[in-house]
Amino acid sequence: MKAKTASPETAVLTAERKLHNTWVYIKRHWQLYLLFLLPAVVLTLVFKYAPMGGVLIAFQKYNPFKGIWGSEWVGFKNFTRFMSSPDFQRYLINTLKLSVYGLLWGFPIPILLAFLLNRIESKKIKQKVQLVLYMPNFISVIVLCGIVRVLLSVTGPVNGLLHTSINFMTLPEAFRPIYIISGIWQGAGWASIMYTASLSNASKDLKEAAMIDGANLIQQIMTVEWPAIKDMVVIQFILQAGNIMSIGFEKAYALQTDLNLNTAEIIATYVYKKGLLDGDYSFSTAVGLFNTVVNVILLIAVNKVVAKMNDGKGL
Amino acid sequence: MAKQKKSKMALYTRQDKIILYCGYALLGLFLLAIIVPMIYIVIASFMDPVTLQNKGISFDFSKWSLDAYQRVVSDKQIWVGFKNAVLYSIIFTIISVAVTMLAAYPMSLPDFKGKAIFNTLFVITMFFSGGLIPTYLLINNLGLLDSMWAVILPGAFSVWNMIIARTYYQGIPRELREAADVDGASEMLYFFKILLPVCMPVVAVLALWQFVAMWNSYFDAMIYLNSASKQPLQLVLRSILIQSQPESGMIADIQSTAERAKMAELLKYATIIISSLPLLVMYPFFQKYFDAGIMAGSIKG
Repeated sequence: MKAKTASPETAVLTAERKLHNTWVYIKRHWQLYLLFLLPAVVLTLVFKYAPMGGVLIAFQKYNPFKGIWGSEWVGFKNFTRFMSSPDFQRYLINTLKLSVYGLLWGFPIPILLAFLLNRIESKKIKQKVQLVLYMPNFISVIVLCGIVRVLLSVTGPVNGLLHTSINFMTLPEAFRPIYIISGIWQGAGWASIMYTASLSNASKDLKEAAMIDGANLIQQIMTVEWPAIKDMVVIQFILQAGNIMSIGFEKAYALQTDLNLNTAEIIATYVYKKGLLDGDYSFSTAVGLFNTVVNVILLIAVNKVVAKMNDGKGL
Repeated sequence: MAKQKKSKMALYTRQDKIILYCGYALLGLFLLAIIVPMIYIVIASFMDPVTLQNKGISFDFSKWSLDAYQRVVSDKQIWVGFKNAVLYSIIFTIISVAVTMLAAYPMSLPDFKGKAIFNTLFVITMFFSGGLIPTYLLINNLGLLDSMWAVILPGAFSVWNMIIARTYYQGIPRELREAADVDGASEMLYFFKILLPVCMPVVAVLALWQFVAMWNSYFDAMIYLNSASKQPLQLVLRSILIQSQPESGMIADIQSTAERAKMAELLKYATIIISSLPLLVMYPFFQKYFDAGIMAGSIKG
């Protein structure tokens, strides 16, 4: 190699050489592109990006027979239609309440469980406890909601214990507690797994050193254990807080009855009913698009806030 | 072991011990809250429907019966559901893990050209999606309605899992690749012969996750699959457990409507047990992989 001189010609030359090098690299490593990456890229383009183009029908009066190119464009009419509908406002609030309350109640419990698990000295006992804690995670949403329904049925054990005959599934005010408590029952153990893993990896020696130095339990937790999981807690919080608008369809739908829709109808179930049951494609797509956009804004906002609080460390 | 425990406990002060025992008590309560409903359902599934409704569960073993189980297992639709669930879950798991592990490999190489472009392409899909209706219309246009591929293909490539696999690859010493003297043509050879065998923990975890996810989901099947013969287990369960409409064969022999309703309620218990048993029995065998997989995924977001 000769010494480089900075002149326009050599800049062009280096650019060309760079392109050439890239080409050589791709030719040499074609397997990486064609065998390793292609399947994922194809699946992504077809099943993720093609539908993104499909959101255009949110700005149309979409007619399935005319297709996306033949349908009439209506601008933001679908958006103003649902924004001004009182029903939609209620569903939006339902969605937010369900996920915010779910986050507030559900987020700390896995962390607490992890701290407790970490204090079990016997490996055997710890493993057995974990086995039980993780078990509900492997029950399906349908079965979980089935369990909830039989336990809470008018003739079920909960009413038996309370000597009442309340039909919980039809009470709008019972929906959120049912949804959130069953969520914690099913998910808290499983969610603790990542905290448990980093606690047990990070803290063994430090904890013993701290103990011998005479640190009490609270001091040990604050100086050894909390720092070990702090980053993970922050990341988890960002992810969950940023996703409060994307609360899932499956469980809410399986816990809905005709009578509890006042609180149980959320955006995801509304999009399904409007779109696929009523066939109002454009309207439903507009609602879904609104939901996605809000979700992305939230994620970015939460990430910024947390980064500020956490010495510039966000996601 | 008892000795060791004693010496450790001795390091705690009295105040610490109080906090600690309160903590253990809390954990114990949580465990009870998990186990008690499950035991209740197991016991209830053996009861006679009328007694169960009027008096609740009892431990009079002479009156226990397998009637509800016989009714559930003698029904055809539940076996169709099982068969489909196994089929879809296995195919989905194989495709998903293969595509994900393959894609993660080039993305893990420090000198891979075009990495930033592909990364952006993938990561955007974690935040933006077309949503329900555009996806449905796409499936319809592709002619995949009422085909199992509508349930399998859209979610087969998971960016999140790709990131986990990539992180895991990056933890493998680079010397391994240099020692194997990889020239361009033998990437495949290196990947399958050397890299993949040392990555089995992450393969196991991803396979388990994807299998469980497919086994337990019902939404895609509900909107894309119409034929009864293609329904996976969860949809069959949905009509029994959520809509309280057991397959008609299960209760056909009962005359009175009230009795039928009671039997329909009892069948739920047996159905819950039968349908949950396979995963609950399987999962402890995978437990040792959980930590490895979780750690791999959690290091970098």
